[in-house]
Amino acid sequence: MSSRPEHRGLRLGHGASFQRALGIGLLAGLLMLPGGCGEDRRPIAFDSTDISGADLGPDFNFGLRDPAGQVRRLADFRGRVVVLFFGFTHCPDVCPTALSRFAAIKRLLGEDGQRLEVVFITLDPDRDTPPLLARYVQSIDPAFVSLRGDAAATRQAADAFHIYFRRVDSGSSYTLDHSVLSYVFDGQGKARLLLRPDQDLRAVLRDLKLLIDTTTSRT
Amino acid sequence: MRPPLPVTLTLLLAVLSGLALAHPPVQVLSPWVRATVPGQTATGAFMTLSASQDTRLVAVRSPRAGTTAEIHQMTLSGDVMRMREIPGIDLPAGQGVALAPGGYHIMLYGLRAPLRAGDVEPLELVFRNRAGERRTLRVKVPVRSDP
Repeated sequence: MSSRPEHRGLRLGHGASFQRALGIGLLAGLLMLPGGCGEDRRPIAFDSTDISGADLGPDFNFGLRDPAGQVRRLADFRGRVVVLFFGFTHCPDVCPTALSRFAAIKRLLGEDGQRLEVVFITLDPDRDTPPLLARYVQSIDPAFVSLRGDAAATRQAADAFHIYFRRVDSGSSYTLDHSVLSYVFDGQGKARLLLRPDQDLRAVLRDLKLLIDTTTSRT
Repeated sequence: MRPPLPVTLTLLLAVLSGLALAHPPVQVLSPWVRATVPGQTATGAFMTLSASQDTRLVAVRSPRAGTTAEIHQMTLSGDVMRMREIPGIDLPAGQGVALAPGGYHIMLYGLRAPLRAGDVEPLELVFRNRAGERRTLRVKVPVRSDP
């Protein structure tokens, strides 16, 4: 029943370049298919939005640190498929739901789950101290990576990923409006997919499995 | 002849429960509150509310010192998630209304201790019926790490 909404919900602000990138990605996909057999020349069909070719290279430096104080780069995760998304610990709903979904997917991947890296970047460094962030994310899966920067670094990282966020006062506290898309990078560190929170879990599992199979190798 | 005290109390209780039946309470189904980790001061509570007559959830309170509870609604427009406090939730007669991830929830702020899976968290739900009568329902909400 899901009808492949190609770019639904994208707030990327660079629609044309993404369209172009998508085109290049599709072309690259065609070229990479084994020639000669001629049976199936379609590019890999993902349920998720294909962003192959997007300018979010493997050398992207988050400028953010993990709770141990270590600066992490996308390149650190080379050889594994990376799911990266933004959120905050005071989020009662979509953020824990997304974390739980990825934990479930990782379990369903079995052995291949070792080749999936889940990275959670906080949009709320004021409240999400490194210890809180570590406990929150690792309570869902001890292997999940959490990253945090100061306000400027957070804004920079969000902008780099076209993630909208805004602080809004709410009753006695404040909350954050934010984009809830997740980015997927393949084993070579190339941006490949955008995941939507309303996607069927099985479809996301299939897409990630496909990327793990085609872009990572067992060591 | 005066009836003995226990009989009086029993009668009193019968009268009180009769009153309660005159204003049938709202049913609270499968309530749960999301577990927190040390240092996390906010979380969400979820449940399905079913009223036998038109009622409105107008407030939620936490009996815990320093903890405030608010009625919230999460909306997803495009890819942007927004969460807002709302004044209440209408509960039409006979229709279960879900407070569930992706929609309404009760937001707890100012938690002073972590909520651990397996514990129960007390909450007070304040309802108002069409006649404007308010009643408070105390519920014990199980703490869980997932729905």
